[in-house]
Amino acid sequence: MASRLMALWNWFDSRMPSVGEQWRIHASEYYAPKNFNFWYFFGSLALLVLGVQIVSGIFLTMNYKPDATLAFGSVEYIMRDVAGGWIIRYIHSTGASAFFIVVYLHMFRGLLYGSYKQPRELVWIFGVLIYLSLMGEAFFGYLLPWGQMSYWGAQVIVNLFGTVPFIGPDLALWIRGDYVVSDATLNRFFALHVIALPLVLLGLVVAHLLALHDVGSNNPDGVEIKKLKDANGRPLDGIPFHPYYTVKDIMGAVVFLAVFCFVLFFLPSMGGYFLEDNNFIPADPLKTPPHIAPVWYFTPYYSILRAVPPMFNSQFPGVLAMGIATLILFFLPWLDRSPVKSIRYKGPYYKGALAAFVVVFLVLGYLGTEPTTVWGQFGFDAFFLDTKDRATWVARFCSVLYFAFFMLMPWYTARDTTKPVPERVTR
Amino acid sequence: MRKLAALILLCLPLRLLAAELGYPLDHSPNDPRDLVSLQSGARTFVNYCMGCHGAQYMRYNRLTELGLSEAEIRDNLMFTASKVGETMKTVMPPKEAKTWFGVAPPDLSVVARSRGADWLYTYLRTFYRDPKTPSGWNNAVFPNVSMPHALWGLQGERALAVETAKEPGEHEREQYKWTQLTQGSETQVQYDATARDLVNFLVYIGEPAASSRRAIGIVVLFVLGVLFIFAYLLKHEFWKDVK
Repeated sequence: MASRLMALWNWFDSRMPSVGEQWRIHASEYYAPKNFNFWYFFGSLALLVLGVQIVSGIFLTMNYKPDATLAFGSVEYIMRDVAGGWIIRYIHSTGASAFFIVVYLHMFRGLLYGSYKQPRELVWIFGVLIYLSLMGEAFFGYLLPWGQMSYWGAQVIVNLFGTVPFIGPDLALWIRGDYVVSDATLNRFFALHVIALPLVLLGLVVAHLLALHDVGSNNPDGVEIKKLKDANGRPLDGIPFHPYYTVKDIMGAVVFLAVFCFVLFFLPSMGGYFLEDNNFIPADPLKTPPHIAPVWYFTPYYSILRAVPPMFNSQFPGVLAMGIATLILFFLPWLDRSPVKSIRYKGPYYKGALAAFVVVFLVLGYLGTEPTTVWGQFGFDAFFLDTKDRATWVARFCSVLYFAFFMLMPWYTARDTTKPVPERVTR
Repeated sequence: MRKLAALILLCLPLRLLAAELGYPLDHSPNDPRDLVSLQSGARTFVNYCMGCHGAQYMRYNRLTELGLSEAEIRDNLMFTASKVGETMKTVMPPKEAKTWFGVAPPDLSVVARSRGADWLYTYLRTFYRDPKTPSGWNNAVFPNVSMPHALWGLQGERALAVETAKEPGEHEREQYKWTQLTQGSETQVQYDATARDLVNFLVYIGEPAASSRRAIGIVVLFVLGVLFIFAYLLKHEFWKDVK
């Protein structure tokens, strides 16, 4: 049996040797540092979730109807009358949130170990492009269930583009394809969600991986393992990705799937964070919900948007701040002036800044899910208080810190005290 | 765009009125495993709710999950539909409903998912007589609701007096005083049970797959647990030679 399979493979390999070659380049002879820790699971998990979303999405499109009069009902049809439909739908809705959790942790790994630093700037840039495409993918997908939050969330986000000076209203009209979010909007968002952005995402993931495998993986020590090689030209601290990291990632994937399935089967709405309560009310263009909140993964940026007061009668400054908050990620490789990559050898300035950044990101994220009145109002009045909502002022403070983390990075990373980086990776 | 803005502005004062005054929600004691309660809720639903509200995504024959046969469903629960595979639609035409009530009564298929069981349980038990509203009824958790008290024959008529009490050093607190005006056919304890059963049923039709979801979930997590043992041993075996 084994020899038969081998013969079949040899037949195939002699006719198309590039398959085996790619396998060697990217798996069996791709040398990864041997000291990957917990944080290095999330890259492969992101790939897993992408696969899960594509497969579950294909099955959803078999029964979903991108039509303003039918969309809400077709989702309920999937939840009730399609065999196994509720599982498919919950896989997809839980997967959307899981994708962002995994990607946020993956990005945090980059911040911890300086994975964006030379020579991996392109890996990071492709990663940020993936993140931005993922936001687009999630936004377009969220309109499809055609509930109140789908509808008004899309209305709010598209109106953000309407605040751009001069071209804004035409731009918003062009995105919607109508004067309000309507059937035309639903149809085009469906097309973008199921075809356009998945293609972009897949292309970017390939570019991300190719760029990574060309320069090699970073590691928790920030040591370049390619510097020290044995007689065969293999890195001394490297081990072949296959089988070592394939079996390790399989183990990680099982743990991840257990957490994923726990949410899917026991907390599919996640207390209103993964599936918002108001989205079980069909979209009604004439009834604005009292509190419109985006899904949790957008809320840090939504908080920044709300924190910026309108200027010159325009909300555009807030929109600009939100845009810069995401685009600033592209510049990270050049903002970090530290001579070392890993947080293990960086000094107190960077450690403190990163800790503050994490806190600020979480606070902004939380505040974005709540109305600005969530923490009450100040009991006094002053000329500079344009709003007395405490939460708005906290969000403003956090927004300033968010930008300070990036803008002051050249300054504090250059002055930080660093420890000497070892020659070889540590265990 | 301007038209929409005007419409939104028009909705705004209504929205403020409808904002919850903060009537404390009671915890709903519904139990999705209690089939007797679910059947009783189904009976209340078809008798008292379906005149105006439908559950257009729920099929009658799915109620066999509540321990009923198709014949029992056809004889006891189907008043408007002819086939047991039909969905639980209301007979009230939405257009006329709108002229009668001001709003078309919403479909209740997924109302438990948008409102939550506690809200529904409290809402069903806090109707009171209010001569200032068109229907003569008002509700403590949904002020100025268009819906009259459909279950008043069971609960009887009640009145609500709201007093704002301010204790020294504390925030203003509203105190709600209920008085029974006329007796209904049920005692308060019986009516609470009726409301509980109805909420139980609404939660069930909100997600009929919920109970099988939990059952399958336990099996899936068990399988993943077993798989983890093998995945861990496999990893351990390979990584033995990594120094």
